[in-house]
Amino acid sequence: MTVTPMNAHDQIAAGRRAANAGERWTARVLIALALVSTAFLIAAPLVYIFWRAFAAGIGGYWAAITTPDTLHAIWLTVIVTVIVVPVNVAFGIAVAWAIARFRFPGRGLLMTIVEIPFSISPIIAGICYLLLYGRQGFLGPFLREHDITVLFALPGIVLVTLFVTAPFVAREVLPLMLAKGSEQEEAAVTLGAKGWQVFRYVTLPGIRWALLYGAVLCAARAVGEFGGVSVVSGRVAGQTNTLPLQIELLYNEMNTSVAAFAAASTLTMIAIIALIAKTFLASHNRRD
Amino acid sequence: MTVASVRIRPKRVLPGFALSLGTTLLYVSVIILIPIIALVISGAGIGWDRFVRILTSARTLDALRVTVLAAAIATVINAFYGLLMAWVLTRYEFRGRAFLDAMMDIPFALPTAVAGLALTSLFASTGWFGGPLEAMGIQVVYALPGIIIAMTFTSVPFVVRAVQPVLEDLDPALEEAAKTLGATPWQTFSKVILPAILPAWLGGCTVSMARSMGEFGAVVFIAGNLPGKTEIASLLAFIRLQEYDYRGASVIALILLVFALLLLLISNLFQIRAARYREGGK
Repeated sequence: MTVTPMNAHDQIAAGRRAANAGERWTARVLIALALVSTAFLIAAPLVYIFWRAFAAGIGGYWAAITTPDTLHAIWLTVIVTVIVVPVNVAFGIAVAWAIARFRFPGRGLLMTIVEIPFSISPIIAGICYLLLYGRQGFLGPFLREHDITVLFALPGIVLVTLFVTAPFVAREVLPLMLAKGSEQEEAAVTLGAKGWQVFRYVTLPGIRWALLYGAVLCAARAVGEFGGVSVVSGRVAGQTNTLPLQIELLYNEMNTSVAAFAAASTLTMIAIIALIAKTFLASHNRRD
Repeated sequence: MTVASVRIRPKRVLPGFALSLGTTLLYVSVIILIPIIALVISGAGIGWDRFVRILTSARTLDALRVTVLAAAIATVINAFYGLLMAWVLTRYEFRGRAFLDAMMDIPFALPTAVAGLALTSLFASTGWFGGPLEAMGIQVVYALPGIIIAMTFTSVPFVVRAVQPVLEDLDPALEEAAKTLGATPWQTFSKVILPAILPAWLGGCTVSMARSMGEFGAVVFIAGNLPGKTEIASLLAFIRLQEYDYRGASVIALILLVFALLLLLISNLFQIRAARYREGGK
């Protein structure tokens, strides 16, 4: 009587062991497949950039980076990023405050519109700006009359970059503010706090990591923007070439040289730093 | 009905409504809406006949065909690669898992021009991959496979990041139940797991497709840009601009805009389905 169930039990256990062994084998194959495909698809291009950039040693890299045109491109990219990130941080806060703290008609539509720059190609963004601010554009005659240069100059590059990076901060801060609710802020108002005090002492401490996280994503994208900027910048080396555009120029001029890879590896280092900052901030963000 | 309308709406306690909404509307109008409206008006000004003529010219149609074909193949590759990565990253514990997870974000963090440069030189005959491949008679650079690889690389994170959270949230009891009832691992996957992740998976694929169709930076490096063969739509729009053919550029940009908004709509529908599935499961 007691022997039969024991046997059945053993059989089940043996079956489960066999199944577990099979599962372990599947796991090993899948992990190996994932590692190999990622090594080829993602790791190899990354390593290759540094391999080529430092092919002539640190000295070769440094000489390639410090040519006047590349230095100017780095400088221009920094200026654009320094303008764009604070503007889109302010915009992100405004959007999040309006949508998360108030109800008004068209609220859902506004959320969708803010997401539009994510789904359309930067090239289309560039063309839109050209049709608006260009010589033959809708604002062209007005701009010429008042001697204002937008396209093929810094303002045009900044505007397109603002478009492309507009959703980054809003997308991080808005869901967080929606999830947190407004009880604490309302309590602060009831206790007599002024508007900016509520924001500074109640809202900001709760969203600061999400805000920084969004700012990092925005900065990384602003530094690397290529398609939209290539339409509106005019691409003059030493004047309106940002670093990504300079890479293309260097590559087309002499594609065996270190110069393009040196410029590219500089952008790659920025990307990796942004990625590390992002991972760090994401862990803080989750804790909030 | 009358009661609801009579009810006094609570006064807004929090300050800053006018300021935040005003700032938002002004910014959204100037930066996002007015430029897009400029494109639509400019497209409408072309006139129907001329619009159709530009659209159905052989070069435009070829460019659209190359773009859609390459983007579709890239999306299929990413559908399977993304599913594999999401599965491995959520189901198995192994050394280097966190590192592998972080690697998934590199295609977003890396500027597309850098990706284009790296892939082109990697697959060129002097590169690590191009040499062996050319010895086998496979030409990647300046051909369709190159476009597909560039599109695949730049849209890697979409499927992974769409499927990952759903797999993490999936109730392990369901799989245990399937196993106890005698389902094979494949049956458990196809009958229990796949239906649960399907909306998120397809949603990720849709966004991946949209991104691939709009990709410019990475593709222009590797494509060789031969009209009719390896010229993608966004590049043709760019070339039309260089030729001061603003009408030609507007037509292609408008078509790409319509494609993008359609794909955005489809991905939103999948997202709603995915959200419903997750709530229904809880």
